[in-house]
Amino acid sequence: MKRLTACALAGAMSVAGWAAQAGSDLVVGLQLEPPHLDPTSAAAGAIDQVLYANVFEGLTRFGPDGTVHPGLAESWEISGDGTVYTFRLRPGVTFHDGTALDAADVVFTLDRARDDMSQNAQKALFEGIETVEALDDLTVRVTLRGPDGNFLFNMAWGDAVIVAPESIGNIKQAPVGTGAFVFDDWVQGDRITLTRNPEYWGTPAWLDRATFRFISDPTAAFAAVMAEDVDAFPGFPAPENLPQFEADPRFQVLVGTTEGETILSMNNARPPLNDKMVRRAIAHAIDRRAVIEGAMFGLGTPIGTHFAPHHPDYVDLTHLSSYDPELSRQLLDEAGYGDGFTVALKLPPPSYARRGGEIIAAQLRSVGIETEITNLEWAQWLEEVFRGKDYGLTIVSHTEPFDIGIYARPDYYFQYDSAEFQTLHAALAEQTNPKKRARLLERMQTRIAEDYVNGYLFQLAIPTVANARLRGLWVNAPTQATDLTGVYWEE
Amino acid sequence: MRRAGLILGLFLTLLFTGAAVLSLVWVPQDIEALRIAERMQGPSAAHPLGTDHFGRDILSMVMVGARTSIAVALVAVGIGMGVGVPLGLAAAARRGGWLDEIIMRGNDLIFAFPSLLIAILITAVFGAGAVNAIIAIGIFNIPVFARLTRGAALSLWTRDFILAARVAGKGRARISAEHILPNLANLLIVQGTIQFSLGILAEAGLSYVGLGAQPPLPSWGRMLADSQTMMAIAPHMALFPGLAILLTVLGLNLLGDGLRDWLDPRLRRAAR
Repeated sequence: MKRLTACALAGAMSVAGWAAQAGSDLVVGLQLEPPHLDPTSAAAGAIDQVLYANVFEGLTRFGPDGTVHPGLAESWEISGDGTVYTFRLRPGVTFHDGTALDAADVVFTLDRARDDMSQNAQKALFEGIETVEALDDLTVRVTLRGPDGNFLFNMAWGDAVIVAPESIGNIKQAPVGTGAFVFDDWVQGDRITLTRNPEYWGTPAWLDRATFRFISDPTAAFAAVMAEDVDAFPGFPAPENLPQFEADPRFQVLVGTTEGETILSMNNARPPLNDKMVRRAIAHAIDRRAVIEGAMFGLGTPIGTHFAPHHPDYVDLTHLSSYDPELSRQLLDEAGYGDGFTVALKLPPPSYARRGGEIIAAQLRSVGIETEITNLEWAQWLEEVFRGKDYGLTIVSHTEPFDIGIYARPDYYFQYDSAEFQTLHAALAEQTNPKKRARLLERMQTRIAEDYVNGYLFQLAIPTVANARLRGLWVNAPTQATDLTGVYWEE
Repeated sequence: MRRAGLILGLFLTLLFTGAAVLSLVWVPQDIEALRIAERMQGPSAAHPLGTDHFGRDILSMVMVGARTSIAVALVAVGIGMGVGVPLGLAAAARRGGWLDEIIMRGNDLIFAFPSLLIAILITAVFGAGAVNAIIAIGIFNIPVFARLTRGAALSLWTRDFILAARVAGKGRARISAEHILPNLANLLIVQGTIQFSLGILAEAGLSYVGLGAQPPLPSWGRMLADSQTMMAIAPHMALFPGLAILLTVLGLNLLGDGLRDWLDPRLRRAAR
């Protein structure tokens, strides 16, 4: 019965679970290989894609629908003013190296993440923490600087998974967590192997062994799935091939939503993009439908702001940047760029960016804006665009959940600096009343849409191609993860 | 039979250069306008070679792509000839001297590297784009022309008419320019044609890996790369740019071979 509930949690078909075959292997194809294996010290989503929920767990965790569930914390109490969280840890949990999980590990993890020297890519998640104390072996008290309605959500992120001081030294090569799978082997450039954790505290995994193979080339990915060399490929990189898989009884195609707001990022500090009128002209020059159809073969939902459409607090603001080339030309004229201008468009490898970039370049050209396209690899993109802020326009999908807060950071690569937005963001952090939060979020979404910070294109869809007998895979991607704990083969 | 090859080669070469020149003033359809709704259509009356994944007319793309390929290869061969031939002449004129040694060992150095790999390296370091592709391909044409020129010039230097010129008091540089170079013209034209076809292949290769001409400038290599994942659903997208590369390279090779036979008096006599 315990198994059944775990399956239901993982979004699997619970009744079919009885027919499942316990044991056996799985090969998962992924496009990107992690640079190293420490989710708490890098921005690379590829790390969580392999390790989240499988090897590492946090105090809380995301379910397949994006809701927050208890993880290593069995339960918690929140003080009346919302500033003190007392977590009760699950008893009997051990790390894969045999050491026990205790309150000291949680204190270590949270202190390490919010340290000044911390390499954590999402330090903002921990900013609100004032102190972390171990009350006894299994009880941790976290005191916040102020009430934070998002705290349990923050603790579910891959960047907040619990690590142990005993195994931290070698974590980048040999990660040691508490999850249902144990890290086994990493053949760099090829694959990572995980094996079932027989000592797991919760429902053990069905699979004996899971191999992640890294296939970056879309053609090779197509061939690997067709030849059944991989059993599942979450985030299949060539949407044009999906109809073929759908027509083939050997495969199932799952199309889900992600937290990926795909946007045409603009360098708000670089002329002429520092002029709101110019940014607005660019926004009106873009035909989202053509981009979604042409680059993604129809997969994706148009968005008008930096917020996921499936979120209950989403506001549809696409009308603010409707496709209107006439208006766009007029705005350019008013801004003093009637003769157009040339801007650098730097594109990372995914097809939404490369193909989308060509389409957007053509659309911008028709209103008089010339683009200079440069195709970059991810490492170059992170260096030049994300860290170096040396760009005019770029296309990228922001896959972190609930990440509108990045607009409150003037040093972020958009270089958007709005005191009003920052005030709203600060107010949101302190607000716990859901109604008031929704109102604040609406104002935040509207603020950035009306400031035309970026060109908001579409919410990235995630197609997963898998063997037709495979059950329990996540359809949606509320966070970057390939949770295999509930995956099994149907007889 | 020999003549047939020459004529076919000439025909194919003129066909593609003609298409490239024509594309400067007219193409069947504007390739800068994307028509997503009409994408991946097979060949039809409106689009003789079908449309690509953005709904652009492939015939127009192939025509403009010819321009890119031919321009890149032509300039690259120009660089190779412009630098390589004077180097070869100088080396021959100073045969056995230190200048000869420096030039020829320098050439050996470039020859020792696999050309396409170095071209990829150059474009990866200095940035992808048509200009860097031209430079990268051009550099590897230099030793080809330098060696060829030196070898042929050396045999000319021993000839009586050169001796006569020397006796008349002409300097080495002047003899190289006035007597040696004109006698090498045939050879250089033939080699130029062959290098031209290799240049087209190299440009297609660089564009295929994304280091050649950047969008929106169409290029045969990139058309192939773009169509790769769509091969199963729209094979014509890969077929036509592939055929364009094949036929152009074949045409230039036939033309080169034919020209050599045509221009070389000894071979011409043998053919009769």
